[in-house]
Amino acid sequence: MAKFRKNEAKEVPAISTGSMPDIIFMLIFFFMVTTSMRETSLKVKMKLPEATEVQKLEKKSLVSFIYIGPPTNTKLYGTESRIQLNDQYARIDDIIPFIEQERLDRAEADRPLLTTSLKIHEEVRMGLVTDVKQELRKCGAFRINYSVRKGE
Amino acid sequence: MARKKKKVPEINASSMADISFLLLIFFLVTTTMDTDSGITRRLPPPIENPDMDVKVKERNILNVMINKYDKLMVNGKPGDVSTLKDITKEFITPRPNDEKAPEVETKEIELIGSFMTNKGVVSLKNDRGTSYMMYIAVQNELAKAFNELREEVAMRYFQQHYADITDKDKLDAVNKAVPVRISEAEPEEIK
Repeated sequence: MAKFRKNEAKEVPAISTGSMPDIIFMLIFFFMVTTSMRETSLKVKMKLPEATEVQKLEKKSLVSFIYIGPPTNTKLYGTESRIQLNDQYARIDDIIPFIEQERLDRAEADRPLLTTSLKIHEEVRMGLVTDVKQELRKCGAFRINYSVRKGE
Repeated sequence: MARKKKKVPEINASSMADISFLLLIFFLVTTTMDTDSGITRRLPPPIENPDMDVKVKERNILNVMINKYDKLMVNGKPGDVSTLKDITKEFITPRPNDEKAPEVETKEIELIGSFMTNKGVVSLKNDRGTSYMMYIAVQNELAKAFNELREEVAMRYFQQHYADITDKDKLDAVNKAVPVRISEAEPEEIK
């Protein structure tokens, strides 16, 4: 018996790959948890301007988004910049009801902390942006964030 | 009859790793780690009485205007984005002995002590035809000037980079010492 054992021990034991699926699953779960699936599909072109002095938006759940840009489907909707709220084009009058709805969707304690992130295409004219800002002021959504790409 | 009990064949699990790899690669590809970042600003509340203008001394204002051709005007002179930061920084740096510089005010700030703050306001005005890219470029330059000054204060009083300060009280102190005063003009009707 002893003889047998000696011979076997000389072979390098194969590394067990049995735990490989577990490791991979762990990674999968990490990515599944951290992934944020985009909730809205963009109907406007979105090329954000570049800036260096950026701050991170802290709580994702307390952010509502307003998209402004030229429509992606220019044949159907022309080239003039449009506002997109949730999943559809909106007019300037729709912003106040939108903000009210966003507030209702949050817990009462969080409502004052609601930030509006303005995702605006770099070629949009300021006239439209100013109009949107005026609407936001009217309904008391003072915390805004101009979304930008972080540049050099 | 059979002496041995029939064994249930074991499921081959060796392909499990491949399947999970496939899933992993799917998530790796589809994940967009887009951390939303941007320039945070606070809008002023709507004004109740539009005729009531707040008078601010001329030396306390830095006028920045952008026209519809994306050209800059800084304090009545044609300006450029590349020099705007330095002009702004010079403007908001407290200089008590300079007659032309904005007024200074000595404030008592927690953790810092008595500190000279600047009463200067940057007034930003843009045309309806200004491009958003230019507007953000200007906002960025202004923010850069304020951030550089905050960095200096943070280094002097806390020996720490402004971005590295995590203590809320210290952060508040620096923010109070160098407040971001950017005033945006009320949109005017086109004449």
